[in-house]
Amino acid sequence: MKKLMLGNEAVARGAYEAGVLVATAYPGTPSTEITEHIVKYPEINSEWSVNEKVALEVAIGSAIAGARTVVSMKHVGLNVAADPLMTVAYTGINAGLLIIVADDPSMHSSQNEQDTRYYGMFAKIPVLEPSDSQECKDFVKLGLEISEKFDTPVILRLSTRVSHSQSLVELEEKEKIELKLYDYNPSKYVSAPANAKKRRIFIEERLNELSNFADSSDINKIEYTNKKIGIITSGVAYNYAKEAVSDASFLKFGMSYPLPEEKIKEFVQNCDKVYVFEELEPIFEQKIRSIGLNVIGKEIFPVVGELSSEIIRNALLNESKIVIEKIEGLPQRPPVLCPGCHHRGPFYVLKKLKLHVAGDIGCYTLGGFEPLNAIDTTICMGASIGMAHGFEMARGKDFAKKSVAVIGDSTFWHSGVTGLIDIVYNKGHSTVIILDNSITAMTGHQENPSTGKTLSGESTNQIDFEALGRSIGINRIRVVDAYDLKALEETIKEEVNAEEPSLIITKRPCVLIKGVKFDFKDYKIDPELCTGCKLCLKAGCPAISFDGKVAKINDSLCVGCGLCKDLCKFSAIVEVVK
Amino acid sequence: MNIVIAAVGGQGAVLASKILGTLAQNLGKDVKVSEVHGMSQRGGSVVAYVKFGEKVYSPVVEKGTADIVLAFEMLEGARYVDYLKENGKLVVNTQKIDPMPVITGNMKYPSDLSEKFEELNIGYIPVDALSIAKKAGTLKAVNVALIGVLAKNSNIKKEEWIKAIKDTVPEKFLELNLKAFEMGYNLE
Ligand code: SF4
Ligand code: SF4
Repeated sequence: MKKLMLGNEAVARGAYEAGVLVATAYPGTPSTEITEHIVKYPEINSEWSVNEKVALEVAIGSAIAGARTVVSMKHVGLNVAADPLMTVAYTGINAGLLIIVADDPSMHSSQNEQDTRYYGMFAKIPVLEPSDSQECKDFVKLGLEISEKFDTPVILRLSTRVSHSQSLVELEEKEKIELKLYDYNPSKYVSAPANAKKRRIFIEERLNELSNFADSSDINKIEYTNKKIGIITSGVAYNYAKEAVSDASFLKFGMSYPLPEEKIKEFVQNCDKVYVFEELEPIFEQKIRSIGLNVIGKEIFPVVGELSSEIIRNALLNESKIVIEKIEGLPQRPPVLCPGCHHRGPFYVLKKLKLHVAGDIGCYTLGGFEPLNAIDTTICMGASIGMAHGFEMARGKDFAKKSVAVIGDSTFWHSGVTGLIDIVYNKGHSTVIILDNSITAMTGHQENPSTGKTLSGESTNQIDFEALGRSIGINRIRVVDAYDLKALEETIKEEVNAEEPSLIITKRPCVLIKGVKFDFKDYKIDPELCTGCKLCLKAGCPAISFDGKVAKINDSLCVGCGLCKDLCKFSAIVEVVK
Repeated sequence: MNIVIAAVGGQGAVLASKILGTLAQNLGKDVKVSEVHGMSQRGGSVVAYVKFGEKVYSPVVEKGTADIVLAFEMLEGARYVDYLKENGKLVVNTQKIDPMPVITGNMKYPSDLSEKFEELNIGYIPVDALSIAKKAGTLKAVNVALIGVLAKNSNIKKEEWIKAIKDTVPEKFLELNLKAFEMGYNLE
């Protein structure tokens, strides 16, 4: 039976069919749906871990204990997990371990653009790269087999277009895979120098064997048609090229590290002109050149952003298809906080108080854009708290009184908590605001340690920010309603001026959480009372707009949080009586 | 068949692409559906591509190759008209949603979009889908109302469209959505 499946869903299906028993992850676009589909298979024991490093560590334990295991994350998440990654490459595994990493070329929803194939090279472990949903499923199974056969963790590299596109997948039965015996083998798994030195040699031998496998396996395929043009490619770029120049010959890498040298030599010698068409970095190109072969690559294809059929058609055939003129000068529609979002209140106040705000990764990063403009910095998950402390280290206590760190609930657990401990321990004075909307919102609403629920929806211990703060030695802890602008302003003013670290928790669930009831009302703007002062627009709610004379509320967007009501000095924003 | 769905986050573009993908699969075609959502859940631009035929390679619709642009909002329609091929169709909800640069007063919402669409060498089908959805009983049915209009303008049988909607929309919302579909389909 064939089913239309998202790439990420097909990855989950592959894990199920391959007899995977354990799956861990931290959510991150474009990887999130993998785990959301895995949880639908009750035979797989799955979790949201607090961050990617922990997710990988749990996965390594599970694989050594004998269970086929997958762990998933986005590209920047692998930076967090890089530490255990480099060592599990040495120890190897017992049952198969697949590390699924989704890259985001063009940064649709990420802070940077990085090429995970480098991590494969760095750790000297194989990287597989599917180009559609069918291959997503097949490569999960193949990846686990390779992992077990060569005693290595394997990376499955996805990209936004593979993860987030749907194509047809042939469903198969689940394989019968038994739990392996626990592998008690300290000389392999205790990576102390004496042991690690032996494994270092093993890694080179393993890499040689993997190269031979790359040459013999049909995961790397040659398709000859017209030999005038040869294209070497992988992943979704294969599909772009196939669509644009279907009559060319192709060498498609399903395994993008290590590369099949014999196949490359044969292919390049058999084609008149060979192009290397790869997304992001010139990794194939450099390798191919290093074995003395001449190919055309990044001199005509971009190194930045996603590739497309258009790019290869323009570069190779010099023809372009556009016939309808683009309409120029249109206003952009940048991402914004949702109508009714509880982060709007705190940001409005922070801006009003002219504080320096160290920001973090989550929906609330959008508080950095027009018209809120309330964030000074955003680097990576969990960085805000350490950075605020850094502000103080650099500029002193008075500067700390003019700055705060903001961080979401999930991000705090991910890696903010260590920064907070650092501030307390090192006698800092920073104010940290946890924007607690009771969910991991930006990635589409996942559970986390403060939601009281696990991935599968079971009830669990709800970890309490206040109790945690007290236990690490913070005396000043305040909880405020995020829609109460007055209380927010008073609290923040008091806490930044305090001579010790403080923790403010602004509480309100994300307005998009299913099943949460809000006591929201319907609001409209009375055109008689509105003076056109535009003060309400400062909230940056997409549901309010200005028609040239007065402001109005778009009832198809407004959720009725009432925040704007408090901004209007003329009481023009009124409840709709039904 | 190449279709681009252009919308504002929260308008239901993902469900619309699922309905079209299911339709294609039910017709026995090869099909690829691709969606990109940016950082925001509500209020940013969203685009989805649906492609079907004998064999589909790339999941992405290129500029100049779309048979249909199905736009849920005027400005989003304008943003993607150059994806249409000559004589392609723009089915667009006439609703206007101000984006943040317009709300903040940094830019103006273009006032002459429908004239611009008329001038282009395309089939321009404006639809007041928000009113239809309101009449059907839920503002959320804008997407399915537009699919009704699209169905009317296609040569795929109506029953196939209804089956695709039944296969995709959760039971709870099915009745309202089928109503919105009918109203879109029967629009003059
Ligand atoms: S998803 Fe929730 S937290 Fe994120 S912007 Fe929307 S309302 Fe705010
Ligand atoms: S009540 Fe005001 S601030 Fe809240 S969603 Fe509606 S328009 Fe936006």
